[in-house]
Amino acid sequence: MSANLINLLMEATWQTLYMVALSTLVGALGGLPIGVFLACSQRGELLSAPIINKVLGIVVNATRSVPFIILVVAIIPFTRLVAGTSIGTTAAIVPLSIAAIPFIARLVENAIREVDSGLIEAARSMGATPFQIIRKVLIPEALPGITLGLTLAVVSLIGYSAMVGAVGGEGLGDLGIRYGYQRFMPDVMAIVVIILIVLVQLVQTIGEWIARRVDKRAPSNRGA
Amino acid sequence: MQNETATGAAITFDKVGKSFPKKGGGSVTVLEDISLSVEPGTITGIIGRSGAGKSTLLRMVNGLEQPTAGQVLVGGRDVGAAKGGDLRAIRREVGMIFQHFNLLSSRTVYDNVALPLEVAGLPARDIKPRVGDLIARVGLQDLANRYPAELSGGQKQRVGIARALASQPKVLLTDEATSALDPETTQTVLELLGDINRDLGLTILLITHEMAVVRDIASHVAVIDGGKIVEDGTTYDIFTAPRHATTQSFLSSVTGVTLPRFIARQMTPDRPEGPAREVIRITFLGDNATDPLLAQMGTDLGVQVNILAGAVEEIGPRPFGNLLISVDVDRALQARSYLEHHDQRTEVLGYVG
Repeated sequence: MSANLINLLMEATWQTLYMVALSTLVGALGGLPIGVFLACSQRGELLSAPIINKVLGIVVNATRSVPFIILVVAIIPFTRLVAGTSIGTTAAIVPLSIAAIPFIARLVENAIREVDSGLIEAARSMGATPFQIIRKVLIPEALPGITLGLTLAVVSLIGYSAMVGAVGGEGLGDLGIRYGYQRFMPDVMAIVVIILIVLVQLVQTIGEWIARRVDKRAPSNRGA
Repeated sequence: MQNETATGAAITFDKVGKSFPKKGGGSVTVLEDISLSVEPGTITGIIGRSGAGKSTLLRMVNGLEQPTAGQVLVGGRDVGAAKGGDLRAIRREVGMIFQHFNLLSSRTVYDNVALPLEVAGLPARDIKPRVGDLIARVGLQDLANRYPAELSGGQKQRVGIARALASQPKVLLTDEATSALDPETTQTVLELLGDINRDLGLTILLITHEMAVVRDIASHVAVIDGGKIVEDGTTYDIFTAPRHATTQSFLSSVTGVTLPRFIARQMTPDRPEGPAREVIRITFLGDNATDPLLAQMGTDLGVQVNILAGAVEEIGPRPFGNLLISVDVDRALQARSYLEHHDQRTEVLGYVG
């Protein structure tokens, strides 16, 4: 394999990591509050607002219904507004983030709903405000679930990032298509796939390790 | 404040009712016309079967549930009318412990106990000594840095108690706090609650379905059935002279004073023809409870007494006994007046031919 090709692969790996990391960050920053709100705004819950909850739920579902490749081209004007350009790796972070936010929001919502309602009752009986309950009870107690959810989101974003070649985004997926497929270099395709497999394994392993570390529900995890 | 001077009670339920709207119109009434005052420094038990509404009643004291009729007053303040910051201020004066402990799995024992203080906005340097004292009070000094998953049920409830005491409440609500514990652990937790009541003068309102819990620590008891209080008074009076059928059935499970079934089946309310025996319940009160009175009566009157069931109980420092006996019908009147003369309560239950 030529040094040139190795350089290309390294650069593409870096680009993938760059896109996934930034879109995960934006997705988490947007998805966390939305997920918390979705979990807490149902009728009779902490921040009961059933109508806003319904509307937000529909928006989240709608965004998640759009196939990613269509989302990428559909929001080109918005991408240009945010990133200054609609073409390239940095521009690709915009659709990736837009896809990540509702996805992460649902995962966070599910994790928070798993928290025992008795804990909310206990916190209310202490005189905690809804915001204190969210910050001191719901998020810490849901952290193992949220961590696993974010792991799932990162893995999905690695997959999505392979499609951004459509708008000139680079990275592993784009390399695989352009060299492996369009230039008939099956070895490049194979290496790209192997790198992606290793990447996903790594993310999954690290995610599960962190989730175990923050999960204090089972005594065996502390070796006590 | 007006109400506080009027009643002086720590908690007052004034004609409290609770009903929920039912699907498809109408409503379900859970509680009806509940009036009860809990005096400061007492331990009051509310006993009832599951679904009797006792849990709802308890949750009205700290505003986790709202009454749909009447008022609940805590220290003279109307809990149902309090909103936002006022309600949270009342809640900080009312601690609560739960059947399933409701400890945060993500926090250590220390941090669980610190939570109410964090919530109240205390600076960290003031939290530390307070939490240390609380953990020492419940005897968990060595476990301060453990997580709840590493504790036994009894230890978890001790953490729950320490946490409930953190904000220095005047009232402690206890929601079936020992129902998930084994009998031995139940005793130690009840003893701890009794100590706290004595040492801190804390008013404790507890709900339970176990009469033994009431007997062991409550000075007052209210029996709730079908959403209403059917009987209330001092624990001693309720135990020695239960009037309502629900109370009697709760008591039979703890005192073990029920007729053997083969006798209950034969028993008739009226005196049958021919030779028969009268079945009498004797309630031994006060210091006489431990006197060998029946043996004495046998000697004095020459009456043969058949003991069917019985037990000696202790409520606080006062013992009392419950005994079911049968005697020959012709001698029964004499036997009863002998017992009444010795300050015992008797009640004719029926006759066996």
